[in-house]
Amino acid sequence: MMEKIIATDRYQFTAEDKAEIEHCLHHYDDSRAASIDALKIVQRRHGWVPDNAIAAIAEILGIPGSDIEGVATFYNRIYRQPVGRNVIAVCDSIGCFLVGFEEIYSALKKQLAIQPGQTTADNRFTLLPICCLGACDRGPVLMINDDTHFDVSVEKLDAVLEQYL
Amino acid sequence: MSSNVNLGLNNISAETHPLTWRYNKNNAQPILDLKTYESLEGYSALRKAIKEMAPADIQTLVKESNLRGRGGAGFPTGIKWSLIPMHENAGQKYLVCNADEMEPGTFKDRMLMENLPHQLVEAMIVSAYAIQATRAYIFLRGEYVLATERLNQAIEQAKAAGYLGENILGSGWNLDLHVHTGAGRYICGEETALINSLEGRRANPRSKPPFPQIAGLWGKPTIVNNVETLVNIPAIILRGAKWFRNLSQGKSTDAGTKLYGVSGRVKNPGLWELPIGSSAREILNLAGGLKDGLELKAWLPGGASTDFLLPEHLDLAMDYDTIGKAGSRMGTGLIMVLDNQHNLIAAVRNLEQFFARESCGWCTPCRDGLPWTVKVLEAIEKNQGQAGDIEFLEQMTRALGPGKTFCAHAPGAMEPLQSAIKYFRSEFEQGIKESPSL
Ligand SMILES: Cc1cc2nc3c(=O)[nH]c(=O)nc-3n(C[C@H](O)[C@H](O)[C@H](O)COP(=O)(O)O)c2cc1C
Ligand code: SF4
Ligand code: FES
Repeated sequence: MMEKIIATDRYQFTAEDKAEIEHCLHHYDDSRAASIDALKIVQRRHGWVPDNAIAAIAEILGIPGSDIEGVATFYNRIYRQPVGRNVIAVCDSIGCFLVGFEEIYSALKKQLAIQPGQTTADNRFTLLPICCLGACDRGPVLMINDDTHFDVSVEKLDAVLEQYL
Repeated sequence: MSSNVNLGLNNISAETHPLTWRYNKNNAQPILDLKTYESLEGYSALRKAIKEMAPADIQTLVKESNLRGRGGAGFPTGIKWSLIPMHENAGQKYLVCNADEMEPGTFKDRMLMENLPHQLVEAMIVSAYAIQATRAYIFLRGEYVLATERLNQAIEQAKAAGYLGENILGSGWNLDLHVHTGAGRYICGEETALINSLEGRRANPRSKPPFPQIAGLWGKPTIVNNVETLVNIPAIILRGAKWFRNLSQGKSTDAGTKLYGVSGRVKNPGLWELPIGSSAREILNLAGGLKDGLELKAWLPGGASTDFLLPEHLDLAMDYDTIGKAGSRMGTGLIMVLDNQHNLIAAVRNLEQFFARESCGWCTPCRDGLPWTVKVLEAIEKNQGQAGDIEFLEQMTRALGPGKTFCAHAPGAMEPLQSAIKYFRSEFEQGIKESPSL
């Protein structure tokens, strides 16, 4: 279900998030550089980046909102639409291809009854592909939220998914 | 811990395995606390550099060591550094560590950062000192959550011990080191795209010249080096250029050791630190060879963007020039093996899907040519190819080749394709529908 957020509503940062974004500015010689950090902070709060947060980030950094939107839509791991409570990112690069990730991907699609880019009806999982996770000697590899799972097999999938409600 | 490291190797010492010996000495456990790292020569290269060496001395030493960049292109590190302005009014300079590791098949930097975070931190401090940078960044891919945590912890410990921050070891020189985590796109690994990304922009590459050493991050002189490149520097400072050159044990004109690895359907996939120039066969043997019942069909020497090689090439030295002469690139040096039960066309299709998705979209041949290439490969995979499709793919390998696109992404994408057609043309031909009129 899409959460309706009207873009004209002013986005309110929590005090904590705002302070964290402002702290990030110290790490760089130009405020624009904190764009990605700021988008990630907002995303950590909501699971995705709502429309009106774009303008709010732009205001803190003192750069145009269109630039923030350009950045938000460029990167794979910034979501501009709502995602489920858990995001499954399946490595679909060649190292995992060679050890059969496609079987796992198919099993996931079937079991969750969704295609990559979609979210289950109960909002529990979003399924996405991801580039090589740098663990090709232990593939197939997937990430769920911040956890990396190695040596995944179709048989092990249930036990892995069970950990995420 | 993600990778199997140095399985089957013994006699590992600081003299022979500068990149991984500490990890072995610590019983294959990560070294996370400063004390343990210090007890294993940790930060002694920094002390030596700051107390005994001028920045110019370190630059000369690195040049003499013949260290070449481990990020994929093998550019001599000493030469890269020598382009950075060193006069007193050079102003703000930056050192950036490329820890974006997204080249499919590559899992070496993750190992170095998760298990030996202080080793990279020390390497960055020493390298920043050598170019007199006062700000340094580790550009780390966001998915490396454990590495982020451990590097940040190491940085805090180094700061508390006076190795980072103001007036480092009484030298009057300051350094601020920050871990910047990215938000995912393969192109961020290209050094000028990385700089744009670090500046908070879309990661489109920049045109060169000017090179980053002259005008990089925020227009200031900047050195970008790969993780594995940098972690060699402290060892070179402690043991010298000659020792480093001799590490290759005559196997190569290149210097040092290299983290080599194998993935695919082999018995013991993993990562090994070996003299640079070790043969692909030696590396594959350490991985136990292919699983029972499988035969080697082809291999990618160092990532998705390198040309396929054949079993007949296994005895070649894995170094930049030898693999280059054989028509491929050593790239990152992590081998991927295709066996006789893999569908080669499907593998090439998978490779090109990756490159098509990861194109930054800046220039037309890459943005439009790669998805089209994928479409044609999908058809051939389903035996639905049309007459002329192979010639079309060959035309793409030229149209997207070196010098035809804004950066090396598209030429990299063409490497596995052109070599697949060269070596396995008949498999492409089998995917072309019989023409009814013939
Ligand atoms: C498309 C593309 C992706 C790249 N990705 C990486 C990467 O993930 N890590 C890396 O160290 N170098 C990567 N490089 C190479 C860098 O541009 C650059 O050459 C390297 O960071 C230089 O460091 P070195 O001299 O220490 O090797 C990539 C290059 C291209 C063209
Ligand atoms: S070659 Fe591809 S990745 Fe490189 S600039 Fe052009 S579109 Fe971007
Ligand atoms: S290809 Fe999947 S982790 Fe490297």
